[in-house]
Amino acid sequence: MSHGGETDLWTLAVIVGLAGVTVLTRCFFFILDRPWGLPEWAHRALHYAPVAALAAVIIPEIVMTQGHLIATFRDARLYGAAAGAAYFFWRRGVLGTMLAGMAVYLPLHLGLGW
Amino acid sequence: MFLSSSIRRQPEFGQGVREMSSAAMGIGAWGLMTGVAMLKSGMSVFEAVAMTLLVYAGSSQLAAIPLLIAGAPAWVVLATGFCVNLRFVVFSLHLRPYLMHMPRWRRMMHGYLTADMSYALFTRRYPQPPTTEAEKRSQEAYLTGNYCVTWCAWMGMSLIGIVLANMIPQNWGLGFAGVLSLVAIVCSMATTRLRVLAALIAGVTAVAAYALPLKLNIVAGIGVAVLLCFWLEKQFGLDPDAEDDQ
Repeated sequence: MSHGGETDLWTLAVIVGLAGVTVLTRCFFFILDRPWGLPEWAHRALHYAPVAALAAVIIPEIVMTQGHLIATFRDARLYGAAAGAAYFFWRRGVLGTMLAGMAVYLPLHLGLGW
Repeated sequence: MFLSSSIRRQPEFGQGVREMSSAAMGIGAWGLMTGVAMLKSGMSVFEAVAMTLLVYAGSSQLAAIPLLIAGAPAWVVLATGFCVNLRFVVFSLHLRPYLMHMPRWRRMMHGYLTADMSYALFTRRYPQPPTTEAEKRSQEAYLTGNYCVTWCAWMGMSLIGIVLANMIPQNWGLGFAGVLSLVAIVCSMATTRLRVLAALIAGVTAVAAYALPLKLNIVAGIGVAVLLCFWLEKQFGLDPDAEDDQ
């Protein structure tokens, strides 16, 4: 991706590809007319792969800076994410999690510069 | 599909719209923050609008953003999106008997537009697939009413978010709202002990393997987590389906 908000064709091509992934996964078992199933190992992988994929994306976003594990506890992201997770287990809901997390993150980030 | 008047004339269309409206606020707010997060992470307005209109899957959009910014190869972005979307594969197996009586383009259109909330509401309202012509029509109308609300709330608010984001300074760090949305999704998926473990293993692996080129640390995280959970299932004789029911 080009930085500074410029459009590039490669990014657009990947976006079209992601739209294809949405269609493929949402329609997976009714694209073909004949009925079919998944092999047993793939069924088992369905239990873990989605949560693993998301965790693998977000945990580095929370605990790393420029390719290195952060060495300080003065990082607003840690407290924001912890507050968000705590809210989720208390009340559920994506919106509340986001608001609770940002309510902790923004003062630390903007006020204290963490 | 909601442009078809024969579907909109069914009373079930209106019921689908009404029953989804209560969830529209939450969906809209999430769309708003996804719009802001896309721009504040460095995507262009055109890219963000294209992503909103085409991809139409919040968690895979948010997961793709850091990968696109890091310049990960296309297959890593697509494979990650696929894994994040795997829950829809499970839904599609469930929806198959409801949709198979339609021509392919029509059922794929319904499939593409049916996201998590519509799937949940639709299958709760109709535990059994349709058997008569009347049932086929009313079920289709209800599903269409459901995702009509979801689609409008998500698209409208995402586009507003993209516009608003341009007025917010980059250094406020609002892109972090996208990460927080995914924190909620991960927490909602971590329903069994093995899934909590899968999330932790994947996260630790992705951090430890961060130096790998091409963002392969994500792929490594998924692979290690799935294989270790398979091994733990065997080792301790755990049944993932039984664990689901707890």
